[in-house]
Formats: sequence, structure tokens, C-alpha cells
Amino acid sequence: MIRDITLGQFIPGKGVIHRMDARVKILLLIAFISLIFCAFNFASLGLVTAAVVAVILLSGISPKMYFKSLRMIIIIILITSVLNIFYGTGTPIFEWGFIKITLSGIFRAIFVTVRIVCLILVSSCLTFTTSPTDLTDALERLMKPLKIFRVKVHEIAMMMTIALRFVPTLLEETDKIMSAQKARGADMESGGLIKKVKALTPVLIPLFVSAFRRAYELAVAMECRCYRGGDGRTRMKVLHMKRIDWICIVFTALLLAGVILCNIFLPTVF
Amino acid sequence: MSIIEVKNLSYVYGANTPFEKKAVDNLSVSVNKGEVIGLIGHTGSGKSTFVQMLNGLLRPTSGQVFLDGADIWAKPKEIRKIRFRVGMVFQYPEYQLFDETVYKDISFGPANQGLSPDEIDSKVRRAAKFTGISDELLDKSPFDLSGGEKRRAAIAGIIAMDPDVLVLDEPTAGLDPMGRNTLLAQIMQYHKQRKNTIFFVSHSMEDISRVADRIMVMNKGRLEMFDTPRKVFSEVERLGKMGLRVPQVSKITSELACLGYDIPEGILTVEQAFSALLSLLKKEGKL
Ligand SMILES: Nc1ncnc2c1ncn2[C@@H]1O[C@H](COP(=O)(O)OP(=O)(O)O)[C@@H](O)[C@H]1O
Ligand SMILES: [Mg+2]
Repeated sequence: MIRDITLGQFIPGKGVIHRMDARVKILLLIAFISLIFCAFNFASLGLVTAAVVAVILLSGISPKMYFKSLRMIIIIILITSVLNIFYGTGTPIFEWGFIKITLSGIFRAIFVTVRIVCLILVSSCLTFTTSPTDLTDALERLMKPLKIFRVKVHEIAMMMTIALRFVPTLLEETDKIMSAQKARGADMESGGLIKKVKALTPVLIPLFVSAFRRAYELAVAMECRCYRGGDGRTRMKVLHMKRIDWICIVFTALLLAGVILCNIFLPTVF
Repeated sequence: MSIIEVKNLSYVYGANTPFEKKAVDNLSVSVNKGEVIGLIGHTGSGKSTFVQMLNGLLRPTSGQVFLDGADIWAKPKEIRKIRFRVGMVFQYPEYQLFDETVYKDISFGPANQGLSPDEIDSKVRRAAKFTGISDELLDKSPFDLSGGEKRRAAIAGIIAMDPDVLVLDEPTAGLDPMGRNTLLAQIMQYHKQRKNTIFFVSHSMEDISRVADRIMVMNKGRLEMFDTPRKVFSEVERLGKMGLRVPQVSKITSELACLGYDIPEGILTVEQAFSALLSLLKKEGKL
């Protein structure tokens, strides 16, 4: 079913990560991603991986959910890592025709795999533990400085909020319409590409009609509540930095120091 | 003879996720040919989930559905054939309308059945007649119809497939009282002629008591009661605990009876109450 897509799905909870300020989470995510790509030897990579595992355990979300989000991109991981095996330089340890496998190629593959996996895991952690509204709220606050370049930060954030808000609704609606048409004998599974695309018409048309209807209703409802954009708008929920946020920032800083030290004092792998 | 038999049916949404939810729990029931079955229960009690398993839109997590004695999932590839025999009208079916004209939209189902153009035409016109859709409406775009007309057009789209079992999930929800009565009368008219089996999910105890031969009461995914309307609606307290009530007119007449008036028990419709009150007043010489 369409609902089974997990990427970008908020799971309510009361864990450490859930309680963190969404702004801090976004910034720390960026820090983690940079660290993942700044690990140039096994020691620093191991350090970052350990930190990622710690974050996942702290999030209090069942590892099954993380496996699910990994499963969606397993093909990409496999292809990139296999390609990387053949792109190594240096003396080959295995040769067969034009295929050459070198030690550096294998290292490369390991690095790429670990990096992608870590990347997906930390990003999933952010979306699992942060509600979409908190996320866009935090993004709006973080992008505030862009206002001097006349970027419509509030409008962008509002569009993102609305879009995120309606993703599950539209998925649910698609599910319902598909069921309704299947009940009338619509055949969406069999047939060639053209037949399959044609079979989508009875789903897409009602979906568009209802999306436009919803958009119209939402616009009217917002106008009825005197919504008029971001200027001078106060917030109901103000984000606050708490002690836990500072602790996490300190730990990430320590991790950064560790990775830098590893990179300086230990040889890079390639 | 039972046309639909359900054995130990269960359905779990989102199995093995934090959102796991048992929507239907070990439900067994057997329904005879030509019966009208009312299905009531609080919101979220699993009514919609249950009826979607009757035509194979949802595959049961465990348990079986038998149609005319044959397990509908015996050949999963042929599940489409089941859907033509068990017609399913969803909640708010007007959201499924898509084609250029009402006529074309109603013919979607019969066309999927692979019928000849003549057969399709006769089925579409018959379904339109049952649901009171005029020839003029047939040529309009479905998006230009009124709410009630859209609803009837969508129901015609299912009736046109001529199913042996018709499942209606809250068909009168969101209609005005007039529209409800008309639609209900049309469905019952269709039932009288076709003698098919009907599952009728509704929140309106008045509607249910008027049409149902037997009533299934669902609560938290389980089948709580399955009996005639009289029996079901005599259990006021048990229904109350499940967040359900009896038809208003039953409540009034039973309270009058409690006050000592000579009114028979088990009154379900306004018409019955009217004749009971009339004979009571005549007996007391007030008329
Ligand atoms: N597609 C779905 N995914 C997950 N849970 C669902 C879905 N549909 C219904 N549910 C849940 O299953 C339960 C039964 O729902 P439903 O069968 O629609 O009840 P009813 O029709 O009696 O109101 C509810 O708790 C509902 O939240
Ligand atoms: Mg329902």
C-alpha cells in the first residue's frame, strides 16, 4: 500500500531527541553530514559511525523503522559501492580481463557505503523525531537572515508546511480513489505501460479535482481567519533552547574535535 | 442458503509498525441470499474495514470470506471477478466520478466487465432509472451535478454492474433529509426487484431500522450483536455503552410505555408509532 512509505514520517515519542529544539536538530544534522564526509580514515569514520549509532539508540525509535528507510535505497547503495570497487588505483589484488580490483577500491566502496548509510540514518532520525510543523517552523527561523536579500522566508515556510500537511491526506485520498475504482473493476496491475498509464486516468482526475477543492477551501478558511502573510505575525509556539540542546551541541563539538584530530594524526586512506 | 459466509476474519493495519491497529477482530458471520443486513457501530469500530474484505479490496490478515461457498482468495489473480459480484459503494462515492459525461462514468464498471455495447447501454439505463437519473443528466459532466445527484450517479455506477451483493458504506452521509429518503427508497425499490443481498452501513438508526432484516453491531473490531432490529434495539443499555443509541421514536414510545400507557414494545419507525398512538387515543376516546 502507498501508506507504507516511511521516509519523512514523524513518530511521536518522548525521547531525548524528540525533546530537542528543532533548530538545533537541523543544525546538528548539517554538522553530522559534514562530518560524515570529512572522515578520511577508518578511525574517524568509526568515530562518526559510533556517534550515529548513539543518536539512533537515543531516539528511542525501533530499529525496524530505520531498516525500512534503508531498504528503499538499498539498490543505490549496492550500485555505488560495486562501482567504487572497480575505480580504485594502485596495484590490483585481483585481475580478470579488464576488471581490476585494488585494495583502495575496496576501501572506497566501504567508505561510500558507510557514508550513505549514515547519511540516511541521521536524516531519518530528524524526520522521525520532529513533527513537520516544528520542522518548517525551525527552517523559517533559521532562514530568517535571508530576508535582507528579499527572500520571502515566511511564504516559503508556509508553502512547505501546507505541502507537508497535505502529503498524507493526498496519499490517503489516492488510496481511497484507487479502491473505489478497483471496486468498479479497474485493472491497474496488468497490461503494458500504455495500458497502465491509461488505467491511471480514473484515479488522477478525481485526485486533481479534490486537490483543487481542498486548496480552495483552505484558502477561504485562511482568509476567514484574517491570514495576511508573515509581517508582524507572532507565534503560538515559540522555540526554546533547553539544557539538553546545549549538551548535544557540546557532544557534537567534541565529535568534531575527535574527527579533526584523527584526520591530522592518522594517515588518510586514499 | 448463505451467500456470504465469513470465518474468523481479522484485519490488522500497519502490521509490524508502531502504528499497528487491529481493525477487525476474529469476526464470523453468515448472511442469507436476499437479506438486507444493517451494520452499525461507533466511528472506528471497523465497519468500513470489514466490508472492504467482502469484495477482496483488503486481504484479511487471517480468516476467510466465502461467496456462495467458495473462498474468494482461492485464486488471487481472479479477485476482479469477485468485485463484479460484490458491488461496493464507498463512503462519499461522488469523489470517484471522473469521466466526461455521467453516462460514460456509469458505464465504467460494465465496460470493465467486458460486456457488449448493447448490454452496457441497457445496464447503464437501468441503473440510471433505479437511481432517478434522467436522460438529460446522463449527458452532463458529472462535475456539474448537485451533491445529491453526484451521489446517485456514483451509486448507479455500481448498480450498473448488477452485483449479487451490494455493499453501501454510509450511502446517506451528508445528504439532506429529502435526499436521504429518496435515496433509501430507491435502494429498497432496487432490492425488491433484484432480490439481491445488501449490506448497509449507516450511522442513522432510523434508516437502519427501516430497511434491515438483521443488524450487525460492531464494537472495537468485534461483532457484538447480530439479530433482528427489534431484538437489537431492545438492548438500549448495551448499545449505550458502545456509544450507540436506539431510534428516537423507539425511545419515546418505550418511555411512554414506562409511564403506563398501553403501547406495544419494539416500535422502530415513525409509521408504527403513528398507528400505535392512533389506536391508543381511539381506545381512550380522545379522537
Ligand atoms: N488505511 C488505514 N490505515 C491505518 N489504519 C486505518 C486505516 N483505515 C482505518 N484504520 C483504522 O482502523 C480502525 C477501523 O476503521 P474503519 O474500518 O474505517 O472504522 P469505521 O468505518 O467503523 O468508522 C480505526 O481505528 C481506524 O483508525
Ligand atoms: Mg467507515
